[in-house]
Amino acid sequence: MIIEEIMQTDVFFLAPTNTVKDALEVMREKKIRHLPIVDDNEKVVGIITAHDLKNILPSSLNKDINLTTYDTPLEKIMVKDPLIGHPLDFIEEIALTLYESKISCMPIVSGGKLVGIVTSTDLLYTYIELTGANKPSSKIDIRVSDKPGILSDVMEIFKNHHANVLSVLVYPSVQNNDTKIISVRVQIMNPLPIIEDLRKESFNVLWPNLPGVER
Amino acid sequence: MRKSVFIYSPEQLEYKFSDSHPFNHKRLLLTMDLLRQISALSDDDIVPARIATDEEIALGHDQKYIDTVKKAGHGLITAEQCGNYGIGTEDTPIFKNMHEASALLVGSTLQAVDYVMQGKSQHALNLGGGLHHGFHGRASGFCIYNDSTVAIRYMQEKYNARVLYIDTDAHHGDGVQWAFYDDPNVCTLSIHETGRYLFPGTGNVTERGNGQGYGTSFNFPIDAFTEDESYLTIYEQAVREIFEFFKPDVVLTQNGADAHYFDPLTHLYGTMRIYQEIPRLAHKLAHDYCGGKWIAVGGGGYDIWRVVPRAWSFIWTEMNDLALPSGNLPKEWLDRWQKESPVPLIPTWEDPHPLYEPIPRKLEIEEKNAQMLKKALYLIRNEKK
Repeated sequence: MIIEEIMQTDVFFLAPTNTVKDALEVMREKKIRHLPIVDDNEKVVGIITAHDLKNILPSSLNKDINLTTYDTPLEKIMVKDPLIGHPLDFIEEIALTLYESKISCMPIVSGGKLVGIVTSTDLLYTYIELTGANKPSSKIDIRVSDKPGILSDVMEIFKNHHANVLSVLVYPSVQNNDTKIISVRVQIMNPLPIIEDLRKESFNVLWPNLPGVER
Repeated sequence: MRKSVFIYSPEQLEYKFSDSHPFNHKRLLLTMDLLRQISALSDDDIVPARIATDEEIALGHDQKYIDTVKKAGHGLITAEQCGNYGIGTEDTPIFKNMHEASALLVGSTLQAVDYVMQGKSQHALNLGGGLHHGFHGRASGFCIYNDSTVAIRYMQEKYNARVLYIDTDAHHGDGVQWAFYDDPNVCTLSIHETGRYLFPGTGNVTERGNGQGYGTSFNFPIDAFTEDESYLTIYEQAVREIFEFFKPDVVLTQNGADAHYFDPLTHLYGTMRIYQEIPRLAHKLAHDYCGGKWIAVGGGGYDIWRVVPRAWSFIWTEMNDLALPSGNLPKEWLDRWQKESPVPLIPTWEDPHPLYEPIPRKLEIEEKNAQMLKKALYLIRNEKK
C-alpha cells in the first residue's frame, strides 16, 4: 500500500504570516493537531503542531497574560523545513520514519506542492482495518514451526472447506523462536470442522487462547 | 387478554440445513416436550405460525436476494451461482424449499408481534425465530432471513412503535444492529463474547450508531471464560439503564442459549443461572416501561440436549408467572430423549456444581468486563449528570 491511498487530501494549512491566534482557531474549529505552513508558491516551508503552540502560550492559571503572544507570526515559531513524504512512499516507510523521528505527522508533497497529509492516527486506522473484522468472520490462531511451505499446508485445509479467508497475519511467537503464529480471519460461523482437520494434521490451534496465557 | 402465546407449527422444523449442521430446530421439540411434561404448556397456548409475504420480508431484505433464495431452494441454481448472497456455503448450505422455511420463521415472529401489539396477548414467544445474523442482501452465520429486523420494521410501520431490541446470544447481533444503525427510534443492545476469536468479530463498545442514530446502539463484548456473576452484573446494569434511557413502547428479546459452558461454538462459562435471570428482568422491565409488551424469540444454542430445552423453558415459565422449575427433570422426558442424545443429559433444572474447573485469571476477566461496562454506558451516564 502506498501513502497516496490513505493520505488526507483535504488539507488545512496557513501562511508564514498568519498568527498564533489564527493557528489556534483553525485547530480548534477543524479538530486537528497539525498545520503545514505553506508559502505563496504552495511550497511547504514549515509545520506547526498543537504541542508547539502549548509550549509558547502563557499558562491559563497566570493572571498577567501577555496577549501579544497571540499575534506572533507563525514563521517565528514554526519548525522549518519539516520532514516531508511523497505520494508514492510505502506506508511502512512513513510509519518507520514517524516512529524513529518521534514525530506524529508528515506533509505529502508532489511537484513541489502540498498534496496531502498523513498522521499517526491515519496509520493506526490502516492497521485497524488490516486486523479488524470488516465482514462477519471468526478468527483462528495457529502456532506453526518456522519453516518454508507451512502457510500453504495450513491454507490447504481452509480451501478444502470452501472457507473464504479475509485476512492472514503471520507474526513471531513471543515465547518460542522456532515457531510463528498464523492468525486467520475466515468468513465462517462454525469453524469447528476446520479446527478438527487442522488438529488432525497436528497443527497447534490456539482457539481460544486463555487471555494472556500462551499455551 | 391472554397472558402469553407460544407460536409454533411443525413446519418450523423444516428450517434444516443437514443432519450434521449445528443449527438444529429439534431443540423446539425437546423444549416443548419438557414444558408439556411439567404441565406448563397446553394446546390452548399454541398459536400456529404463518408464512411472511414477500412484501413483509422486503421490509428487511433486498428483493433480488429473496429471489435468489427462492431459486436456490427450488433447485434452479447451484451454490456457485449464488455468488455473494452467502448461501451455498458451509455455514448456510442450500436446502430444499429454503425460502418457504425461512419465510415461515419470519411469519412466526410477525404473528408474535401482532398478538402483542393488538392486545390479544401481553407477551408472545417464538423460539423458532431470532436469526440475528441475516443481512439486507446476504445470508450469514446460519441465518437466511432476519426475522427480528423484519419484525422491528413491521412494528414501526404498522404500529408506529419505539422498539428496544435486547440480544443475549453469545454472538454479536450484527444483522439487527446494522439494519437500525442510523435509526434513533430503534435501540439495539447486544451482550456477546468479544469478537477476538468468535464470529462475527464485530460488536465493539465503540459501535454506538451513526448520524441520527448515534447513541442508540449498545454493545457489551465480554471476555471468553466469563462466568455467571460477571455476566449477570453486566446484563442487569445494561438492561436497566438502557430501558430508563430509551423508554421503549415494546421490547423484543433475542434469547440465544449459547453462552453456556457446554456450548460447542463459544467460550463463555455461563450456567443455567443466567437463563433463569435473563427473562426475569426482561419481564419485569417490560411491565415497568411497556405496559407488559414483550416479544421473545430464540436464536443460537448448539447444545440442544443439555442446555437449550432447560434454558428456553425458563422464558415460557417466566412469561406465565409460573414458579421457577427446580429439582429433577421429569423422568419420562429424560427417558425419551436420553436414547437419542449423544451426551448424558443433566437430570436437574439446575446445573451440577461445580460445572467446570476454576479459571485462571478470573478476577482479571471480571475487572476487564467491568471496565467495558463503564465504557459502553459512558454516554448515557454522562447525560444523566
